[in-house]
Amino acid sequence: MSAIAACPGCVVAPAIAQTAPHSGPPDLVLSLPAIHCATCINTVERSLRALPQVRSARVNLSLKRVSIHASDLDAEQAVAALDRAGIEAHPLDQSLLESRQDDIGRGLLIRLAIAGFAMMNVMLFSVAIWSGASDATRALFHLISAVITLPAVLFCGQPFFANGMRAVRRGGLNMDVPISLAILLAAGMSLYEVLNGGHHAYFDAALSLTFFLLVGRYLDHRTRSSVHSAAKELAALEVQTAQRIHGTGVERVAVGLLRVGDTVLVPTGMRVPVDGVLNSAAAQADRSFLTGESAAVALTLGDVVQAGEINLGAPFEMTATAVGEDTTLRRVAALVEMAENSRNSYTNLADRAARIYAPMVHLLALAAFVGWVAYDGDLRHALNVAVAVLIITCPCALGLAVPAVATTAIARLFDMGFLVKSGTALERLAEVDMAVFDKTGTLTRQGKPAPLAELPVQEAAIAGALAQASAHPVAQAILAALPVHTPAELADVTEVAGQGMQGEIDGVTVRLGRGEWLGAAFSGTGLRIGSAPAVPLAVTETPREGAADTLAWLSSQGITPQILSGDQQAIVQAFAARLGVQSACGDVSAPQKHDRLAQLQAQGHRVLMVGDGLNDTAALALAHASVAPSSALDASRNAADVVMLREGLDRFPLLIVIARALTRLSRQNFAIAAGYNAIAIPVALLGYATPLLAAIAMSASSLTVLANAMRVKYVK
Amino acid sequence: MNVLFILIPVSVILGGLGLCAFLWTLKSGQYDDPQGASARVLLDDDAPPESRP
Repeated sequence: MSAIAACPGCVVAPAIAQTAPHSGPPDLVLSLPAIHCATCINTVERSLRALPQVRSARVNLSLKRVSIHASDLDAEQAVAALDRAGIEAHPLDQSLLESRQDDIGRGLLIRLAIAGFAMMNVMLFSVAIWSGASDATRALFHLISAVITLPAVLFCGQPFFANGMRAVRRGGLNMDVPISLAILLAAGMSLYEVLNGGHHAYFDAALSLTFFLLVGRYLDHRTRSSVHSAAKELAALEVQTAQRIHGTGVERVAVGLLRVGDTVLVPTGMRVPVDGVLNSAAAQADRSFLTGESAAVALTLGDVVQAGEINLGAPFEMTATAVGEDTTLRRVAALVEMAENSRNSYTNLADRAARIYAPMVHLLALAAFVGWVAYDGDLRHALNVAVAVLIITCPCALGLAVPAVATTAIARLFDMGFLVKSGTALERLAEVDMAVFDKTGTLTRQGKPAPLAELPVQEAAIAGALAQASAHPVAQAILAALPVHTPAELADVTEVAGQGMQGEIDGVTVRLGRGEWLGAAFSGTGLRIGSAPAVPLAVTETPREGAADTLAWLSSQGITPQILSGDQQAIVQAFAARLGVQSACGDVSAPQKHDRLAQLQAQGHRVLMVGDGLNDTAALALAHASVAPSSALDASRNAADVVMLREGLDRFPLLIVIARALTRLSRQNFAIAAGYNAIAIPVALLGYATPLLAAIAMSASSLTVLANAMRVKYVK
Repeated sequence: MNVLFILIPVSVILGGLGLCAFLWTLKSGQYDDPQGASARVLLDDDAPPESRP
């Protein structure tokens, strides 16, 4: 189907949108990727209304969002309130969300309603005519049909007329040209027949054609707008604010307002907003988005920090040297966008079908007309046959074949926590035969370490007390991994910058921190009590839920899984062995990842890339299809076709299953539509088509196709 | 057949009423959250209506 565009008739929609009962735009919008039932709605609304600042909170389950009217409520407070209730929430940047109502969709729905209404009434008269009304009654019924049909068709058909006109003006043909011709010729010729006492009128055909095609157009629009809003939602997920040091105080400003030379405070655990140099004496940053390596990088005064790094240590100050489009992060993102354009040349199934179909319809109708003129010289009869051919071949079912499946599939995937960002993504996903995964942040979850259960109670209590006192992510990770014990009571707990925590218990010094600092042989984090040897506290990475099952399933489906990671080779190998993946490579830099992928694709593989870091973006953009988790950097999410909103990977196989079902069902739908045409076209060409036959062929094929499309809801 | 002169306008008007009803549901935003609407039926929430925008 070709792109739809605003049509003159859509001017009716804004007037309606204004009257919709909304008490002003909400003050806060949160995305709730995991909600799915009435209980969730209740929990969310109750826990938000319990906050004193909240005036009202309303969940939209279809969009998985909650709109909050409140005075003075921080997004963080609301997210924290929902977190306590066990609901995952992310703030959405409202300025990036579509504030306008969906005018085009409403315009199409209004046209659909009017076409449906007119069709029902005209069909009633048509049934009377087909069952034997004659003479004056038939003339009267035809006349009433004409009065209902002509204005309805002229109003409802406008999206097709406008689109068809545009194609003709450009000197090309699209599906809307035969559609417009069929609708207008059927209505016009029927009017002529009725005024001249003819027996056959195609008013009901003109209307049902309009109706079914509008259904297809509306579904197509729904798919497009959900894909479009997925992209918007992702952009809005990243609420970008920074803390600018301003004279004596700190103010929170949008990242877009930062200028070169501004001093910015980066709190612990936050991403660096712009490129710059460090003002503080020392800092620790996580550069894994750039390198894939999860170890922290130590920085000193004057070192370069780049946008996207995460501050792992104490809050630090920096001076901005590059902002906005000039940051390294943005420049990489821009490169990715260029790479993406090349993938847009992928032609989807519907367009491939339309390209063959549109000229064929015209040629058939023309051939019927010329043939019949040559055969019996009766222009009126020849025109009648040509119109019947146009109506019957008209791509009702074809227009529904893909949009009906795609809308259903995308809605179902959204329910399961997948945002589909590209219209052709699912078709490409269905074709992959190799899956390349990144490790850190993609197959593993950040901040969810495996439990340290084997630690003796006394030591666990001391480690817990020390870890509790620090905001450092490593300390927090250890705290989360410790079994639940009452923390020991320590005296003089202090933080030794860049090394660890220190305290005293019963006169014995206890320390939790880096191995070197503890005087231990290992380099990771450890615990040392007095002069006893240090105990390593290895916080190992946990795979995301369902990672092993997903990888095994992929192998069983003929999709070879592979791990490419920037982390150290030994770690990657061990991790791959745990998940049962044969092929795994560590120490792979970003350009190498890209080259590996290019090499695989050159060998004829169609590669699915799953990754989250900046070092994956080039690979994500190059791959045949790509998936990113929602925790990924926005550059990677932009490059990916599909974004997983949920934490676990356990639904990943269904994504592939549904993508494959989409392609299969779309093909089946084309076959069904073609089958009906193969029967009806010869009849029409020979001049035996009646309005009754046209009506049956059209409705039956459209309904079969729609029913077949619904099967995508039930594939497993 | 004179009954047709009554029945036809009646049927067209009834259909027209249905059309108007649909357009009203459309403009009052009843299709904004179809899934939510189906789930909310199950809630016996006594929250006062003014707390819902």
